[in-house]
Amino acid sequence: MDKETPSPTKSSFITRFWKALGPPTLPTDDRGRMRMVVDNIVLHLHPTKIPESTLRWSYTWGLGGLATLLVLILGLTGTFLELNYTPRPEQAYLDILALKTNVWFGDFLRNLHHWSANLLIVVVVLHLWRVFFTAAYRDQRANNWIIGIFMLLLVLGENFTGYLLPWDQLAYWAITVGTGILSYLPIIGAPISQTLLGGPEVSAATLLNFYSLHISFIPIAILALMSLHFWRIRKDGGLTISKREDPAYNTNIKRVTTIPYLVRRELIWALIWMGILLFWAALVPAPLEGIANPEISPNPAKAPWYFLGIQELLLHLHPLIGGIIVPILVVVFLLLLPFYDADSDNVGIYFRSLRGRYLSLIAVGTSLIITTIWLVADEFFLNWNTWLPTWPSLVSEGIIPLALILLGLLILDELVKKWFKANLEERILFFFVFLFSSLVVLTVVGIFFRGPSMSLIWPWQATIH
Amino acid sequence: MKEEEKEQTQITRLDFLKTLWFGLGGLVTIELGGLTVAYLQPHVTEGEFGSIITAGNVDDFPPGSVTHIPNGRFYLSRLQDGGFLALYQRCTHLGCNVPWDQNLGKFVCPCHNSQFTQDGDVLNPPAPRPLDLFPITIENGVIKVNTSKPISRDKINSTDVVYA
Repeated sequence: MDKETPSPTKSSFITRFWKALGPPTLPTDDRGRMRMVVDNIVLHLHPTKIPESTLRWSYTWGLGGLATLLVLILGLTGTFLELNYTPRPEQAYLDILALKTNVWFGDFLRNLHHWSANLLIVVVVLHLWRVFFTAAYRDQRANNWIIGIFMLLLVLGENFTGYLLPWDQLAYWAITVGTGILSYLPIIGAPISQTLLGGPEVSAATLLNFYSLHISFIPIAILALMSLHFWRIRKDGGLTISKREDPAYNTNIKRVTTIPYLVRRELIWALIWMGILLFWAALVPAPLEGIANPEISPNPAKAPWYFLGIQELLLHLHPLIGGIIVPILVVVFLLLLPFYDADSDNVGIYFRSLRGRYLSLIAVGTSLIITTIWLVADEFFLNWNTWLPTWPSLVSEGIIPLALILLGLLILDELVKKWFKANLEERILFFFVFLFSSLVVLTVVGIFFRGPSMSLIWPWQATIH
Repeated sequence: MKEEEKEQTQITRLDFLKTLWFGLGGLVTIELGGLTVAYLQPHVTEGEFGSIITAGNVDDFPPGSVTHIPNGRFYLSRLQDGGFLALYQRCTHLGCNVPWDQNLGKFVCPCHNSQFTQDGDVLNPPAPRPLDLFPITIENGVIKVNTSKPISRDKINSTDVVYA
């Protein structure tokens, strides 16, 4: 090899230039391909070789890769959108209108940004489910799970801050209602809300704060955690491999080089989704209502759709419980999950076992029924406030219902243990599915079944404004 | 023996310097942290919402009336007995604006149907507490309202009402 390479002094200017900046010569042997992964700043976040079984499409569903693609699209479209946007109340909405009417492909760019952002929330939650269902968070992978939870919170924060920027009625009141929840956090809630909003209400200061958070603070944090997340996958030995596929576990696995097997799939997957998103953005406009009017609240005023599960809870539980305690409990539950669910090395198998599959289905069914019954019963029959008129509403509408719900969950757990002889990991699986199904029910009810004054309606009765 | 004793009772030069560096590091962190928090505090412009707003003369508001003061973002409510209340227009539930409904004679929040009486008391949940107040001062028949900090209250109180 060395003898064939012309010495630098002998090669021409063009050759040297081409060698430094032109396309690399792609290696054809395994060693060269592994070398290329290590040497490339983007590719080195991958392992050099990966177990062949983890390439299976129905194992990962490509969710992590799709999330990455969406973040890249969002970064790029966002950077371009900044060129036509002023974060001031008197200008922001006009800028969005100009984007729709005056700027070449401005509307398309905004649609692409909007739909990618909404899709990202769905995809990262599905990704979290995938990792949980294959138990790919045990032992050393717990670290990466926690990084993932923080990224989920950041993605929600990024979406929420972006929601305000168009400065239309939808944005203004969604952020008002969304940040209103904060005021129920004792002692520190009010100062945090003041700082975040730059005053007591959503105002010019809020728009500037949210803009800065949206374009610098949160994206930088997300990018940093993303590289950490990818690097941890490599350090943890790639994706989990099921014992069923490999009895010797981690010793005799067939490994293939990342180039071309993984990179090729990633690129094709990205291309497919690019196609879908381009069509989507071209055909479906992002919503935009009239300019924000701080004097007139619309009816109903709803938070962004991904927080409507929490807003639905607020209608049933005292705000401190429904808006603060329950969400904190859910995040803590997620963070501690890999340490509690650690006693089995049953990884890489969907739903843990055959019994796990049935239990998951049963969990979805019971959750749908119980959550719906509770919602409807609470709307029409349960009236803690009038039953216990002398008690503070925090107790009568907060602590008592929460205690009853927790008691109900405990009873359910006993039944699962007794009837299905479920072991610890299957019981945890049952709960995870049950709770997330409840969240889905709450969110769907909040989005589609709540009309004026937040009364229960059928979706087809909703007035489109 | 002497060496051990020295180790136990006296700090060495190295320990001292180590503690000093850690202490200084901690100090700098606290300073920068405090600085950041202070920097992030909202600032108020004179004459706008957040400062002292002149609502008008006592005689401009007949008893039993509710008047919206837009630049102060509050309702000046004059009760039947002539007393004044400055009610923050923000719903205590989740922060929507609560318009006064003259026909019904009550505040009705469009967001989640919380309702309040003319003195701000809750008629209908989900609002957990009465409407917030701004402090009123009346000098020579001129009503001034300090909008810098809304006062939240768990129950309405006759001492909330200000008389000319």
